Amino acid sequence: MADIAFLLLIFFLVTTTIDMDKGLDLVLPPVGETKEIPKKNITNLLVDAKGNVLLDKKPIQIRDIKDRVIRMIAENEKLIISVKTHPSTKYQAYIDVLDQLKLANAKKISIAEPDK
Amino acid sequence: MKFQSKTKIVAEIPTASMPDIIFMLLIFFMVTTVLRTYEGLNVFLPHAKKIQKLEVTKRHIAHVFVSKDGLISIDDKIIAIENVDRVMRIKRTADPKLVISLKADKDASMELISEIHTELRNADALKVNYSSKTKTPQS
Repeated sequence: MADIAFLLLIFFLVTTTIDMDKGLDLVLPPVGETKEIPKKNITNLLVDAKGNVLLDKKPIQIRDIKDRVIRMIAENEKLIISVKTHPSTKYQAYIDVLDQLKLANAKKISIAEPDK
Repeated sequence: MKFQSKTKIVAEIPTASMPDIIFMLLIFFMVTTVLRTYEGLNVFLPHAKKIQKLEVTKRHIAHVFVSKDGLISIDDKIIAIENVDRVMRIKRTADPKLVISLKADKDASMELISEIHTELRNADALKVNYSSKTKTPQS
């Protein structure tokens, strides 16, 4: 009896994989919801096809985004960061940028549609 | 002169409850084991630092795989981009707590990702989790 229980226990011990799904959370905006936002509350973050990033028309290294965004949010807490990508931007570059924004605790992230 | 121990306590581990413990563990592992996992597409997930655990349990998660060739797979079926909307809407109505775990390849193009965004928004499936790994290759 105990042998069988042990055998089953070991079987389930070995086959169990407690892998949690992990990743970056984002809530998409519902369809048809457009809001007028004053220009001073928006900052544009452009990611090109090669993974270069422009923050308010000035080039920036991806690893420097976090500190810059922390400072910008401290100055204006209503700030919305609009991330715009090129159609052929790599997904990894987009995740890197999003990761930096998450590290900076930016809550208001907007994902702009890439231009066709 | 011989020393004699005054106490007569025998050092013994009580084994009477052992089967109970084993059965409890057995039941725990039986319940948590998922034998069939979605294989999906072969993707290399991107890397990120600030990752969060999904707050919902497995049954509220819908996996959407996106390969670098532009294939989209939901529940082990390859689905055309135009149909993602319809499939997700069915899932969303069945489960309002649904979270989409987007398992996209790190080399997938943003064009496709944003098309999926649009489809998900149309299907009213708004909670997205970009599945990613912890370790960064450079650090």
